[in-house]
Amino acid sequence: MRKEAFLWMVMGSSVLVLAFITVPLLRMISAPSLASLWETIRDPEVYGSIWLSLYTGISAAFICFVFGTPLAYLLARSEFRGKKLVEAIVDLPIVIPHPVVGIALLGLVGKNFWLGRVMQELGWRIVGSPAGIIMVMTFVGLPFYLQAAKEGFASVPPRLEHVSRSLGASMFATFINVTFPLAWRSILSGIIMCCARAISEFGAVVIIAYHPMIAPVLMFERFQSFGLRYSQPVAVWLIVVCLLLFLSLRLVGSGAKKFKNGSQA
Amino acid sequence: MSIRIDNLAVDLGSFHLRDINLTLESGDFFALMGPTGAGKSVLLEALVGLVPIVGGDIFINDRKITNLAPEKRGISIVYQDYALFPHLTVLDNIRYGLRFQPHKRSFAPIDELVERLNLNHLLQRYPETLSGGEQQRVALARALAVSPDILLLDEPLSALDPNFRQDLRAHLKTLHQASGATFMMVTHDFSEALSLAQRAAVMNRGVLEQVGSIEEIFCRPTSTMVADFVGMKNLFKVEFSGVTARAGGVEIKVGREADGTHGYIAIRPEDLILSKEPLVSSLQNSFAGKVIAIRSHGFFYEIDFAVNSLIFTAVITSHAFFDLEPVVDTGFFLSFKATAVHLL
Repeated sequence: MRKEAFLWMVMGSSVLVLAFITVPLLRMISAPSLASLWETIRDPEVYGSIWLSLYTGISAAFICFVFGTPLAYLLARSEFRGKKLVEAIVDLPIVIPHPVVGIALLGLVGKNFWLGRVMQELGWRIVGSPAGIIMVMTFVGLPFYLQAAKEGFASVPPRLEHVSRSLGASMFATFINVTFPLAWRSILSGIIMCCARAISEFGAVVIIAYHPMIAPVLMFERFQSFGLRYSQPVAVWLIVVCLLLFLSLRLVGSGAKKFKNGSQA
Repeated sequence: MSIRIDNLAVDLGSFHLRDINLTLESGDFFALMGPTGAGKSVLLEALVGLVPIVGGDIFINDRKITNLAPEKRGISIVYQDYALFPHLTVLDNIRYGLRFQPHKRSFAPIDELVERLNLNHLLQRYPETLSGGEQQRVALARALAVSPDILLLDEPLSALDPNFRQDLRAHLKTLHQASGATFMMVTHDFSEALSLAQRAAVMNRGVLEQVGSIEEIFCRPTSTMVADFVGMKNLFKVEFSGVTARAGGVEIKVGREADGTHGYIAIRPEDLILSKEPLVSSLQNSFAGKVIAIRSHGFFYEIDFAVNSLIFTAVITSHAFFDLEPVVDTGFFLSFKATAVHLL
């Protein structure tokens, strides 16, 4: 009998957790009328900000993919002194409060530091520009990409790489022909996670670039100036667009076959 | 191609290979045996170039390859767990290595390999849909497709069930003859080593205990470890005087004079003959004793037999067993030739 009571408790708290996540979201999605949704998306400021969010987020994920993949492979495959330290560094962006990230990056590219001044001289505008937004998003998104890609590489048995080498393939050819295709699903998950994290960033972006406004900043501004009813429709549209984006990425990715680990033993 | 390994040393964490000296002639089929953890697989991976070598050299046809990248050595490897590429079809697996061999003049025709290994009907399938035996045949085809000079086999048959094992053993034999490559196989299974290899080595704790022909390894082990490992069950510590060895109140005639006065002797259990009456024959050793234990192994029986305080273990076929009908605690006679006694 006690076991049954325990089971009820487990199920009860599970339902509670799920409800806690879904109810606010459902409430928000159902709050705006269709008319207000339609009106909102025709507002250039709204679709402009959503578009900005999307392309800066995707750019950040792409940068993480290009520059993060070698590090993820290194962390998955080799043991070296200080590896724990490198892993701790890689996770830093997750634990640092978001405004702190913004302030740290502003200290680097702002007018108070030589790097920022050099960039200004060269006409590269970081503060208050899409480039600055992408930089912040890359910073906060990297750990999510690295973690997923590392796990993907680690799940490819080293023996497959050994066999490939013994058959005449160089390290690079082995990576391209064996390791990468087998880790691709995890890499894609990493890209999606990274992209999602980038688009959701507010605290750090708002310090580097209040304008141009990404969708979360626009929502914040509308909430501040006009109230809840005016920020809800923007939120709904951002969610819809993001869901469509991730769904289509998943579909592209599922074209790749799912593999078991390759080894049977 | 011949392989020469000179004083090879490998450090892999807390595991070490030391003083590995080995020469394989071109076209050899060599068996590398030893208990689990002896370092057999590490030696294979050192040959392929996958583990760091801290000392010594490897030569292939007198060309030093110690520091050459794995892809430039012309050594293929087949693993126990097949290690097929799961994202490629059987055909693409087999053809994988071809594009990386621009300088090779000729390849073993893929068609012939596919035919020989009976893979025709599987070419478009993915590895995960194949049985173990099929996967291992694909792995063999893939390794041989690049016409390697040397093929290393890391327990290629041990993950297969016995039916496939026989089949693949036959394949290995014909492939070895057809390819002309030098084969080196790690195995746990003596019947595999006996039926396939001409030469063998026994490895233990990172060193080679004995290298020699298969007959030498099985019939003339040079150390107690090898004798124990290859199944020399009757291993006794003895005192020698001339061609007689004394142990536990028993005098055993041996084939030759021993080098010292103390040592070990070993007798293979299948060289022992049990009988109800004393055998009148040229067998120089014949003792009365009694059966103390009988163990059935299906096709054969192991019988423990006491002569004074020495315990011998004999192996007899179930056929002989039913002729003899031995019963525990009954008296029998035990005979064997002096030449069946190995001095260690």
